[in-house]
Amino acid sequence: MTTVTPELDARFRDAAAAAGLLDAAYDVLPDTPLGDLLVGVTDHGLCRIHFDPDPERELESLARQFGPRVLRSTKPVERVKLQLDEYFAGARRSFDIEWDVRPLPTFNQRVLSELARVDYGTTTTYGRLAAVSGNPKAARAVGTVMNRNPIPIVLPCHRVVGANGKLVGYAGGLERKEQLLRLEGALL
Amino acid sequence: MIPPFETFYEAHRDEVLRYLNSRLGGQRAEDAFQETFLRALRAYERLEHADHLRAWILTIASRIAIDEVRRRRPHDELSDEAIRHEDARPAFEELAPLTDGLPPKERAAVVLRYGYDLGYDEIGDALGTSDGAARQAASAGVRRLRKERT
Repeated sequence: MTTVTPELDARFRDAAAAAGLLDAAYDVLPDTPLGDLLVGVTDHGLCRIHFDPDPERELESLARQFGPRVLRSTKPVERVKLQLDEYFAGARRSFDIEWDVRPLPTFNQRVLSELARVDYGTTTTYGRLAAVSGNPKAARAVGTVMNRNPIPIVLPCHRVVGANGKLVGYAGGLERKEQLLRLEGALL
Repeated sequence: MIPPFETFYEAHRDEVLRYLNSRLGGQRAEDAFQETFLRALRAYERLEHADHLRAWILTIASRIAIDEVRRRRPHDELSDEAIRHEDARPAFEELAPLTDGLPPKERAAVVLRYGYDLGYDEIGDALGTSDGAARQAASAGVRRLRKERT
């Protein structure tokens, strides 16, 4: 029974990415300090980081948002992987990566670009983030935007906490939020 | 909805490779494998529905295999016998000189229908059009051929 060898498979995947034929490329990074992470990129930049990935579901979500030509491919994701490794090792404090949040509503995009300015090792609150995004009363809505953040870690929703300093919530689980804040020295 | 390309590729890659191995073998089959899926990827976002994806990818593979056989052999050595052996679809070769003058879409529809014996749904997939448009292209092609012969 002939089956496609890993070499032939990798050759096709590399060629597809190199030819610029993909709407989105993704790979699963195994065994990071936060477990397996699915990382997705488009020509415009990083578009997905997902905890505990269920690849089939994520593929469909990527296809809906960016187009059906979604393929697992290592090369396009390499740069993100390297920077995440450095970040987890404590050797990187900010990411030098474009991101692609085009499918999101304007409000979400605005909040996420404000979120991106929250520095390593610091925290802000949902209310403050709402205020700098132009709508001080929208703390709750900001919470929802954080919950649906397609690129956690790089867009640092873990740095947003409740007005009372409590961690409140995290789509990847509170343990991970705590772990990230500890890594950054924002929690003792 | 058209499935993510990853899902489609995973579902059909082994069968496509087996098919190309049976036609070409070895390194040539591997090159044709890559070309087949790259060509599918180029056409993928224009697909209108997800029916008959298997027939579609095997049609692409068979076209690439035929081109590869032609390319590797000087034309004068390319007997009908060789084509029969490599392709097992002699009707395609017999139709080729006859249909050369047709517009590309009609030509493809006629060849796929009468050379490959594909259904209109599969032809529609191969051409990225509806069943109806494929049927129309094939019958327009046949009408044009009749006209040209008289």
